[in-house]
Amino acid sequence: MSQLDFFEQFSKGRRALSVSELTARIKTLIEAEFFTVWVEGEISNFTRHSSGHWYFSLKDQFASLRCASFRMQNRLLRFKPEDGLHVRARGRISIYEPRGEYQLVVEHMEPVGLGALQLAFEQRKNKLAAEGLFNSERKRQLPLLPRCVGVVTSPTGAAIRDILRVIRRRNEALNILIAPARVQGEGAAQDIMRAIRLLNGRAEVDVIIVGRGGGSIEDLWAFNEEPLARAIAKSRVPIISAVGHETDFTIADFVADLRASTPSTAAEMVSAARDELSLRLERLTRDLVRAMQQRTNRSRTILGELERSRGFQTLRSRLQSALQRLDFSLNSIERIFIRRLRLHRENLNILAARLSEADLARSLGAHRRRLLSLDARFASVAQGMITSKRERVSVAAGKLNSLSPLAVLARGYAIAFDEKGRAIKRAKDVRAGDRVIVRVNEGQFDCTRNKEE
Amino acid sequence: MSSEKSFEASLDELERIVKQLEAGDLPLEASLELFEQGVKLSRDCQKRLDEAERKVEILLRSTDGTYKPAPFEESESEE
Repeated sequence: MSQLDFFEQFSKGRRALSVSELTARIKTLIEAEFFTVWVEGEISNFTRHSSGHWYFSLKDQFASLRCASFRMQNRLLRFKPEDGLHVRARGRISIYEPRGEYQLVVEHMEPVGLGALQLAFEQRKNKLAAEGLFNSERKRQLPLLPRCVGVVTSPTGAAIRDILRVIRRRNEALNILIAPARVQGEGAAQDIMRAIRLLNGRAEVDVIIVGRGGGSIEDLWAFNEEPLARAIAKSRVPIISAVGHETDFTIADFVADLRASTPSTAAEMVSAARDELSLRLERLTRDLVRAMQQRTNRSRTILGELERSRGFQTLRSRLQSALQRLDFSLNSIERIFIRRLRLHRENLNILAARLSEADLARSLGAHRRRLLSLDARFASVAQGMITSKRERVSVAAGKLNSLSPLAVLARGYAIAFDEKGRAIKRAKDVRAGDRVIVRVNEGQFDCTRNKEE
Repeated sequence: MSSEKSFEASLDELERIVKQLEAGDLPLEASLELFEQGVKLSRDCQKRLDEAERKVEILLRSTDGTYKPAPFEESESEE
């Protein structure tokens, strides 16, 4: 029966419809016609009923539409509707017969402009910020030298691969303890919370990275859940969030003690301080060896200056004083260098033995080799110089001895002196009757010249 | 935390030794003693830096319901 037929029948027969009949008829027509509609407007008079149902109006400049949204639907919404919010709602028109009213029964609703998830994110962010969960004074310092890094993520995901790759590349002395968790989909947030609790229960864990690789806002949604935010805030161990890419921000990022833009960055962060300290140590060790090298070089220069000294090359008096000085120098050189070198070498041997026992740090190994060669060079130079000094001293002393007239006398020669003590070199220097003093090896005696020959 | 403090303190001490040696106004003997102290500090610090064993482990649920670390083997999988 067409619409026209329906009304004609009743108007001709003048039979009045009951209210119920008419309303039922309207209900049938309207509900069939508006079984699925999209309608856009601003929320007003929003009320949350204790049953979990919501009642509100959607309105624009000229009209208003009553709306109801039931508990089951409401649980699926990711944002909280509020007065003034501009939304697009999908639903069906339903007639409420007792009151002759019609309303939109909402099946789905999304904010206009912002996406639903973005809006939910903003709302949650504002709420937690107001609670002070993001305050900087709440944030804990990362440990300077973490030994064990806990990682909460999917064991098969991109995040753990990236983290391990960075740690391996840097060859960091770090232990990694993974607490596996699903990082997207139903139950992911609970999984992550459980993993954080697990790692908090392990004393060796110094810092925790919570994260996953990139994905859509839906994929990353677990990291926006409020219970997770609270679990991160409560964690005993400092937490670095590392969710998605640089441009992805999650609630977890705001509440974590530190936000890493990516999982790789998080891995860099846990090793940054260690790097700095390691560099400083390497630099200091290098300076230490260089300073010692310069100090020994200076001592070697003093040796060289002694070598070039001309003290014993010419005159007898200077030779003697040079001999004395050399003796003195040799003694002090011996005292300083030889004894110290021996001690030094012993110490080096002990150090070298200890060093070779340990897993050799790269730099220390190199320094040790440099030290050993320095020591060897040092020892051979000092030893060589001392030997050559000694040789030169004994040659000089030999020469000195052979020049001495006493040595000639020892072979049976004699020297004749005149009365004035001058050596007589020609016979004619002595006349008959002159007194001559003859000096032999042991002692001397007087003679008198007989006559001229 | 205290061991970290002592690590930095050791570095500071090493720095002081290097400065003294660099000043160069000490007798050779005293220099050598300082040098040996420095080598010891450097070695201790390096040991501290190398302490961890570079293990990678994963917490797995064992039959009694507790979680125990097991060696982690990377798999070729997606996210």
